[in-house]
Amino acid sequence: MKRSGIQRDVLALYRLCLREAGKKPKEVQDNFRNYARENFQAHLDIDRRDFATIEHLLRAGRRKLEVYSQPGVKNISR
Amino acid sequence: MNPTLFSRSLLRATTTPTSLRSTTTGLRALASVATSQAAAPAKPDSKKPNIKQFQIYRWNPDTPEKKPYMQTYELDMNQTGPMVLDALIRVKNEVDPTLTFRRSCREGICGSCAMNIQGSNTLACLCRIDVSNSSPDLVPDLTQFYKQYKSIKPYLQRKTPSPDGREYRQSVEERKKLDGLYECILCACCSTSCPSYWWNSSDYLGPAVLLQSYRWLADSRDEAKGARKSALENEMSLYRCHTIMNCAKTCPKGLNPGLAIANIKKEMAFGS
Repeated sequence: MKRSGIQRDVLALYRLCLREAGKKPKEVQDNFRNYARENFQAHLDIDRRDFATIEHLLRAGRRKLEVYSQPGVKNISR
Repeated sequence: MNPTLFSRSLLRATTTPTSLRSTTTGLRALASVATSQAAAPAKPDSKKPNIKQFQIYRWNPDTPEKKPYMQTYELDMNQTGPMVLDALIRVKNEVDPTLTFRRSCREGICGSCAMNIQGSNTLACLCRIDVSNSSPDLVPDLTQFYKQYKSIKPYLQRKTPSPDGREYRQSVEERKKLDGLYECILCACCSTSCPSYWWNSSDYLGPAVLLQSYRWLADSRDEAKGARKSALENEMSLYRCHTIMNCAKTCPKGLNPGLAIANIKKEMAFGS
C-alpha cells in the first residue's frame, strides 16, 4: 500500500511512541502503550484531507512524546 | 505613539492624588477619571452607551477539526478601561468566560499579553483602544521560543573570582553597553513578526533570542564570549537576519533587536 507523506509521519510518530514506551520499566510499559494508542484512536474520525488539523495533532503529539519520554517520568495513568 | 511614554503618563495620573493633594483641578480631574475606571468599572453610567465591536480570532485545541474563526464581541466603552487588555478582561469576566489569554502585570513589564492587535504585534496592556476592531492571536505556543532561549545559555559564565571577593563590578561605560538590551521582556513580539523567522523558526534563533545573545556578548563580566560566538558561527542561527527590521518596528518596549544583531555580525566579522 502506497502511503502519503503525512500518513507516514503519523505512523512514524506512533512507532516512536511505542519505542519510547519500551524504554520504561517492564511493569508499566503497557500503561504507556495504551496511553499512546488511546491518543491516536481518539482522532481516528478526522478527515484524511484535513491536513491543518493532522499537522497540529502531530506537533502536539511530538511535544507530548518529548515530555513523557524523559527518564523522570516513571508511570502514566488516567 | 510611543507605548512606554504613554504608560508613564498614565501612571502619573493615577498616583497624583496621594502624593500631591493640592494640584491643579485639571490634573485632579484626570486622576479621578483614571481611578474610577479602575475601581468601579461596572457602575451604571448616565452617559449614552458607546458600543464598540471587538473581533477576536478564536480556536479551540480540544476540537482541532473545527477551523479557526472570528468572533465579534460588543462592549460599552464608557465602562471599559483605555487599553485593549482592559477590554479583553471585561469580555472574559462579563461576556464569554471561555475566552483565553495570557496576562499578568498589566503594565508592560512581564510580556505575557503579547498578541497581534490590528495586524501588528504588541502588548495588550500597552495598546490603547483607538481602532475600530482588534484581532489578537491570544495564546501562542512558545515552547520552541523558550527552547531557543535556553540554547544561548542566558546567564553569566565566569570562572575567575572577582579580585576582592565581592560583586563583579563594572564601570559606568561597561554598564552603558547593556542599555537597550537588558530591558527586553521576552514577549516574542519581534520574533513572531519577523518573516525570516516564520520560514526558518526551527534553525534561525530570531531577533528576541539574538538580542539576548548580544546582551551576554556585550557584558564585560562574561568570560564565555568565544563559546557564545562559535555557537552562532553557522549559516542559520544568526545570518538568517536580513535586516527586515520588523522587530524594531513592533517592539512594545521601543528596543532595536536589528541593531543588536548587526552588532553581533560586526563582532563576528572583525573579532573585536
